[in-house]
Amino acid sequence: MKLGAPKEIGEGELRVALTPESAKKLKKLGFRCAIESGAGQAAGFPDGSYSDLGVEVCGSATELWQTTDLVLKVLPPTITELDLLTSSHTLISFFWPGQNTDLLEKACQTGATILAMDMVPRISRAQKLDALSSMANISGYRAVLEAGNNFGRFFAGQVTAAGKVPPAKVLVIGAGVAGLSAIGTAVSLGALVRAFDVRPEVAEQIQSMGAEFLFLDFDEDGSGSGGYAKPSSPEFRKKQLELFRNQAPELDIVITTALIPGADAPKLWLKDMVEAMKPGSVVVDLAAERGGNCEVTVPNSRVVTENGVAVIGYTDFPSRMSSQSSSLYATNILNLVAELTPEKNGSPVLDLDDDVLRGVTVAHAGQIMFPPPAPKVPAIKHPPLVPDRKPTREELLAAEAARFRRSTKIQISMLVAGAAFMLLAGYFTPPSFMQHFVVFLLSCFIGFQVIWNVSHSLHTPLMSVTNAISGIIVVGALLQIGSNAPIVYVLSAISILIATINIVGGFLVTRRMLAMFQKS
Amino acid sequence: MHEGFLQAAYVGAGVLFILSLGGLSNQESAKRAIWYGMAGMALAMLSTALSPGIGNFPAIGAMILIGAVIGVIVAMRVEMTGMPQLIAALHSFVGLAAVFIGINAELALMSLSTQTSDVGLTGFAIKLAEKSGPEITVLKIEVLLGIFVGAITFTGSVIAFGKLAGKIGSRPRKLPGGHYWNSLALIGCAGLGAFYLSGGGVTAIVLVAVLAGLIGWHLIMGIGGADMPVVVSMLNSYSGWAAAAIGFTLGNDLLIMTGALVGSSGAILSYIMCRAMNRNFVSVILGGFGGAGEASADAAGEQVSIDAEGVAAAIENADSIIFVPGYGMAVAQAQGPISELTQRLRDAGKSVRFAIHPVAGRLPGHMNVLLAEARVPYDIVLEMDEINQDFPNTDVTIVVGSNDIVNPEAQENPNSPIAGMPVLEVWKSKQVFISKRGQGTGYSGIENPLFYRDNARMLFGDAKASINQLLTLLE
Repeated sequence: MKLGAPKEIGEGELRVALTPESAKKLKKLGFRCAIESGAGQAAGFPDGSYSDLGVEVCGSATELWQTTDLVLKVLPPTITELDLLTSSHTLISFFWPGQNTDLLEKACQTGATILAMDMVPRISRAQKLDALSSMANISGYRAVLEAGNNFGRFFAGQVTAAGKVPPAKVLVIGAGVAGLSAIGTAVSLGALVRAFDVRPEVAEQIQSMGAEFLFLDFDEDGSGSGGYAKPSSPEFRKKQLELFRNQAPELDIVITTALIPGADAPKLWLKDMVEAMKPGSVVVDLAAERGGNCEVTVPNSRVVTENGVAVIGYTDFPSRMSSQSSSLYATNILNLVAELTPEKNGSPVLDLDDDVLRGVTVAHAGQIMFPPPAPKVPAIKHPPLVPDRKPTREELLAAEAARFRRSTKIQISMLVAGAAFMLLAGYFTPPSFMQHFVVFLLSCFIGFQVIWNVSHSLHTPLMSVTNAISGIIVVGALLQIGSNAPIVYVLSAISILIATINIVGGFLVTRRMLAMFQKS
Repeated sequence: MHEGFLQAAYVGAGVLFILSLGGLSNQESAKRAIWYGMAGMALAMLSTALSPGIGNFPAIGAMILIGAVIGVIVAMRVEMTGMPQLIAALHSFVGLAAVFIGINAELALMSLSTQTSDVGLTGFAIKLAEKSGPEITVLKIEVLLGIFVGAITFTGSVIAFGKLAGKIGSRPRKLPGGHYWNSLALIGCAGLGAFYLSGGGVTAIVLVAVLAGLIGWHLIMGIGGADMPVVVSMLNSYSGWAAAAIGFTLGNDLLIMTGALVGSSGAILSYIMCRAMNRNFVSVILGGFGGAGEASADAAGEQVSIDAEGVAAAIENADSIIFVPGYGMAVAQAQGPISELTQRLRDAGKSVRFAIHPVAGRLPGHMNVLLAEARVPYDIVLEMDEINQDFPNTDVTIVVGSNDIVNPEAQENPNSPIAGMPVLEVWKSKQVFISKRGQGTGYSGIENPLFYRDNARMLFGDAKASINQLLTLLE
């Protein structure tokens, strides 16, 4: 089967759904590939880079649509593209079926099969096709760079001959993929990063990225299904806004990424907070497409408030890094195509019993397939995380004292029990036995003291040397071999023989082993 | 030799033995300590041989010579991967010798009661002749204990040897009825012991030895391969106790002391091994892993495999790398290529370390010895507690042939059969590569969610071949 990617005709869209790298791998899956001339140009992939790999370069979009069965795109099809869509086509692109009901209706009427990249279910198996995460990752990274572009100072604190520069203070709201990516980027630039999320279980991820988690002391878990957030209660919201309001005056950069599935973006950074910020500060609103988290945001543009705060509401962050986003998106698509063609024979099979494939299918054979039933496999769920409270000094001391008392008690009771046992033994057994018994107990005691200090890495040599030493039993056999009884003689001779093997073998092999341990 | 000299020599030998064990606290002092052990043993044997009442020198000389030759050959020939079986085999010798010497003691005792005068008695018999009634009873109990422990050690070690050498299947196997047979045999031993104390003679103790041998055989047959570190250290301990019991029988303080040292050493090792598996000693010895437990929902998803090129690229970009070797490395004999890879990466300025779990392998410290043999410097081979907190700062972790000891279930799923077992937190590192033969589970038979993590990639195939492939790619 032949697949192809037309040039994106959406305004300002620079990405492409097929890269030379992904085309190479798609060919291995048995597909023939085509690309519209100039489709990859803006993403840094000229026509030549495709044709070198044997990808057919089509002169026009019409030609491409007419000659291919599987069409790969980034943005949802436009009206002109719908005209080219026929029942023999399978289209893979972002589609946003929830918002674009009209478009879905029309596309469905053509009888084409439509797979929406934004509908990939959030289960572990599907992560490699999750284009939303790939794009969010880029958005988060780019958001920090855009902020830096508008911010007149360093991110990292420095002490220079010309004076001391404080580090930039960054707040990231929402620690999804984009948020975490923004945190990572800002941290690596040297900023002091704080982050907030309504889902307490992400605290660990935030901390692992090197940011501080702003913990809200409130008993509500904002985790919804599928690892996304859900709307919060009014009380929670009040507390949350209070927290932000306190933070606002000292922040230099705020990056908001809070989204709730199927709803407008929650307003979290209110007008008064923007006003409280210092002149020259920057707010980057990654939720601008859905109305924005910031009240001042104007989608698709940059506004500067009266007090000199720049509020950035761009919605095309991934497209601003078209080369990177194209290669990630093309890989996501490649993985989806690989799911479709398990036989690697170039003919896709749409298995609607498969959770992932059912999830992405929004139209098939003239039927609207959206919304999909709930997946059979539950989404990735993390156990809730309680922030660990550091014990105070008093508590530590008390715990230590208690431990000390307990171990003293154990030691003394063992000593008492031991003494009682010895007295009893001494009373009932003959003195000659007691003499040996004392030697025995003291040796056990020495053994315990000595062995605990043996390095773990030397446990094997310890075993072989104790092996050799336990060959001391040869002494017993030596004492008996003088007997005149033939059977005693034979048994002790055998004992001497095997005990000697033990001694010699044990010591030599230990020596051999120890010699191998070399310092670097 | 004068009796007083003998005692002095014994004290000297004892001190030397203690020093040789104490020296094992670090790699450098250990190299000196081993000579102390040899000197102690030579002192003990020589002074005993020269003490009054010892005869048959030609036989002694011949036996020692033959034994020494065999010992040298064995020690020089053994492969380091074969250490577990060698140690098990040596344990069995101590056990067998203890049984023989115990039986001899009883024979000497019998010959004494038939003799009317002290004339013609030698060595051990002279001592016996001086003993009073209660002392003889105590002596008989000591003989019984020595033989009982010795016989269990002997057959148990033989089975452990067979399992470790792959001559017997390492799967746990038990007779139908399981531990009832062991209990029955134990009761039988107790009965026979009572019979022996009331004058049952040599037949009774031989029967005790046979029954105890059956217990040892059945007990160790029922224990699976990965529990062998505990078994081997337990047998190590038993061989010590057997020697101590024989020491009591013979009234020989050096034997008692050495036996006690070895016995407590083995006991501590067993304890450390059990703690590293978060299981108690009895449950390990009685065999089998606890209930099946609950599978984790986290295991849903798929194992993503990667080829050697991918791993090589990741290693090239990494600054810090940790290897986590397990028994699979020993099976695949991958330590040589790993050492070469380590050398090369260290030359390239990367930090390379090894994380060793206490129960990795089939013997306490097994991995350390294998890596040392392959010339991995010991100061980059770290134990679990030393390295566990470093995983979050590690770029690449490569797990070679281990499974249960890197299973996050132990920390995350309280219903898991291995819940609470200390594990190496490899999943906290930025990337984990798992070199593994196939998709099977580890010894405990439970699923390992590590393999399904986002940062984990499976490098399927023979470990040695995989590492060699990496070596050629990183040239």
